[in-house]
Amino acid sequence: MYRYVLKRLLLLIPVLLGVSMLVYCILDLAPGDAADILAPDDATLEEKEALREEMGLNRPVLIRYFEYMWNLLHGELGTSYLSPITVWDAFTQKAPNTLKLGLASVIFAVGLSLPLGIYAARHRGSWKDALSMILAILGLSMPNFWLGLLLMLLFALRLGWLPSGGADKGFLSLILPTFTIGTGMMATLTRTTRSSMLDVIRQDYLRTARAKGVNEEVVIKKHALKNALIPIITIIGTMLGGILGGATLTESVFSWPGVGRLIIDSLNGRDTPVVTGCIIMTTMFFSVVLLVVDLVYAFVDPRIKAQYSNKNKKKGGEKKDGEKAATA
Amino acid sequence: MSDNNNEVLRVEDLTVYYELEEETVKAVNDISFTLDRGETIGLVGETGAGKTTTALALLRLVPDPPGVIKSGKITVCGNDMLEVPVQKLEEIRGKDIAMIFQDPMTSLNPVFTVGEQIAESIEIHEKLGKHEAYEKALDMLEMVGIPRERGAEYPHQFSGGMKQRVVIAIALACQPQLLIADEPTTALDVTIQAQVLDLIKNLKDRQGTSVIMITHDLGIVAETCDKVAVMYAGRIIETGTLDDVFNYTLHPYTEGLFNSLPNINDRKAELKPIHGLMPDPTNLPPGCAFEPRCEYACEACKTQLPELVNFSGTHKAACLRYAEEGFHIARGKKHE
Amino acid sequence: MAKKQQQPKLDANGERKQRSQAGEAWHRMKKDRGAMLGLVVVSIIILVALLANVLLDYDEDVIGMHTKERLQSPNAKHLLGTDEYGRDILFRILYGARYSLSVGLVAVAIALTIGVTLGAIAGYNGGAVEEVIMRFTDIFSSVPNMLMALVVVSALGQSMLNLMIAIGVTSVPQFVRITRATVLTVRNQEYVESARAIGLSTPKIIVSHILPNSLSPIIVQTTLRVASAIISASSLSFLGLGIPAPNPEWGSMLSGGRKFIRDYPYMTLYPGLAIMITVLSLNLLGDGLRDALDPKLKN
Repeated sequence: MYRYVLKRLLLLIPVLLGVSMLVYCILDLAPGDAADILAPDDATLEEKEALREEMGLNRPVLIRYFEYMWNLLHGELGTSYLSPITVWDAFTQKAPNTLKLGLASVIFAVGLSLPLGIYAARHRGSWKDALSMILAILGLSMPNFWLGLLLMLLFALRLGWLPSGGADKGFLSLILPTFTIGTGMMATLTRTTRSSMLDVIRQDYLRTARAKGVNEEVVIKKHALKNALIPIITIIGTMLGGILGGATLTESVFSWPGVGRLIIDSLNGRDTPVVTGCIIMTTMFFSVVLLVVDLVYAFVDPRIKAQYSNKNKKKGGEKKDGEKAATA
Repeated sequence: MSDNNNEVLRVEDLTVYYELEEETVKAVNDISFTLDRGETIGLVGETGAGKTTTALALLRLVPDPPGVIKSGKITVCGNDMLEVPVQKLEEIRGKDIAMIFQDPMTSLNPVFTVGEQIAESIEIHEKLGKHEAYEKALDMLEMVGIPRERGAEYPHQFSGGMKQRVVIAIALACQPQLLIADEPTTALDVTIQAQVLDLIKNLKDRQGTSVIMITHDLGIVAETCDKVAVMYAGRIIETGTLDDVFNYTLHPYTEGLFNSLPNINDRKAELKPIHGLMPDPTNLPPGCAFEPRCEYACEACKTQLPELVNFSGTHKAACLRYAEEGFHIARGKKHE
Repeated sequence: MAKKQQQPKLDANGERKQRSQAGEAWHRMKKDRGAMLGLVVVSIIILVALLANVLLDYDEDVIGMHTKERLQSPNAKHLLGTDEYGRDILFRILYGARYSLSVGLVAVAIALTIGVTLGAIAGYNGGAVEEVIMRFTDIFSSVPNMLMALVVVSALGQSMLNLMIAIGVTSVPQFVRITRATVLTVRNQEYVESARAIGLSTPKIIVSHILPNSLSPIIVQTTLRVASAIISASSLSFLGLGIPAPNPEWGSMLSGGRKFIRDYPYMTLYPGLAIMITVLSLNLLGDGLRDALDPKLKN
């Protein structure tokens, strides 16, 4: 198991380097650079060129990238072009806000969609099932910045119950953005929960449980749910992992001071180190969460656990592939 | 007979349909039988004859939708299974009536240890604490011939035969009065089949359990059963004691079943399989369902549904031809 | 139930099997009310998009300023009201279908072309080629989609083509994965073996035997991807990185209406509704296609 974790973490390094190179080089394609933004409006071409020289922007992109990568390998994310702040500080200032919002949304979504999905699966074919599925597909089809605006209009501007933006009113500020992000997550998760439960509900072992005299509620919540959890955990994991990068639009709608807004502002300012740094951090967070999710599988399903510990045995390896295909 | 307090099970006029979107599968049609304490009845018939549906109906476990128990009455140990409230039903299941399922590979929950799965039943019915129930579950494992240490393992770590033993241990955990064994050996190797049958037989002898043995294997019936009911297209077409059905066979279908068995004593004898297939259960003929395949069929068989008729105190068969004086089938040997 | 399932017969001739399968699927889909509703609405939207430039005068009706009629709430003359420049919102929404649909379709076409090609090559060849393609896909897909699109579009600059490229490129990994997976399962089927035995070349086998038999999941994925591409496009436009003003793209109309949301909420409401209806019907259609093409997956 430890070897597996170590291997996955090592595999992360080339991925992160690849991501950094990709982002760094794509950004370099953009017309204009930080010098254009920093230089005063009336600056002459020579003055801008001098500024570029000073910032090192006039060197070829590959050289700048290797320098960047060298620092990266030493754990340095560099300094912002536009302000004297380090990328690490810029990121850690904003990250907690985004994490808070993302976690709240995931909790909101999980709390509502698990019961709803299970309910829909149990009453498959009924009008209640149909209604839940219609709501889910509506949630899936709604652009969430639009939902955010509508919520803001109703609850902040018309009713005045909640703040329309910012993060300075504590819990109250959190409600609307959470609801906005959570709705989309809820839609996906309800659909996954339902279809995963439907797969399990037909299994013979539930009949065995019922024949033992197990209460129907226990049959569903213990025997069925534990078997249906793998795809559900996968989706929850993807959502958790996507927290840092997935809130961009909602942050923009509600002026939420998070990583998404930082990335957009930095993109507009051609602040390559900040953008690249934030994306590397986001990607790393995403990959680590997915790794944790893989480990959680082992606690849920003893068959997967057995594969982690018998990695070398051929049979285990084959099963693992099958499992992956089944949950993909 | 209903005041017979030795009676463990009474099924009266049970009819079960699967109502699908476009058609209705008439799985079980109007069957009745009873079972006394310590007795074993063999429910015999081809795949699709309605044996498993009958068994599930006894536990009120017919999947609904699409399954519907259209009519009938099922009495298990004095409880009207179709009327009791759900809570009482949960008390009866596992304690008074238990079932060994056909496919051991899919009948165990993959995410719980086998010990936990056996203990669950004991915990529910014997009101024992977690620990005590688990200890008792390990005793059960030993009884079915699995070392108790293996109780902490998961189903995927067991072979098919071992899983079937676990399924049996679950069914027997609370010493049920009535045990339904649905093709308990079909999924197993021949060598293990005998072991499993022995196991069920021993437990039956020790605990006085009544057993419904569902099978298509007449050999198993001969070995284990006191009574036999032969099912065809959802109906019981012949029923009686083992002696009645095996030695005084009445129904042409039962005869067909025997004829399609290889005879060890006469190896040169030709096998005579029954020609054709069972009728589509969504579209049963108005008369005798076996008529299209029956070599004794007459015109009346096509239109008139045969009733089960008493031939001796215990032996009944549903065949119109016996209305004719002197009719007998090739295998036929008259009751004296 | 399961025993009633009809399996289309496996046929050495990939094409013929495909046709009968399509017939089966259509038969199943006709019974799915959601899918049919989706199909009808999608067709109407496509029709609107095709006819918008015939029925409407772009310079006059769509981007022409009529300051006297600015900020009118919905009324008989302007069914959905007018914006701050007096432009009719209904006209702009109708015309906007052209942008959303073409961005959605072209972006997915880009992703489809690149993704299916790479996926088919990876799945068919295996070995080092597969390894390189899949690792690259991993790198690409470990960055959240929206961020990747943001980076690409801000690097390329603001234009409709760049928007299509940005969204298309970020959707490539899904197509690579799904194509590779289906090709892997089809690759070892007997009719592929026999095609190889009679000496067909690799590209020919992929194009004429493997792809037709991997079509179902790709079709479904395409439909659902067009839906999410439309959302991505309007999201980027909403952030000011998509189709530049004064073009009536739904996302940028929304973004423009945002300033007036307190007093003129209809300016935000209707473009969003247009996005939602389009995406919803594509999703319904995609779900229906999935159930119809692969009844085993249907719950």
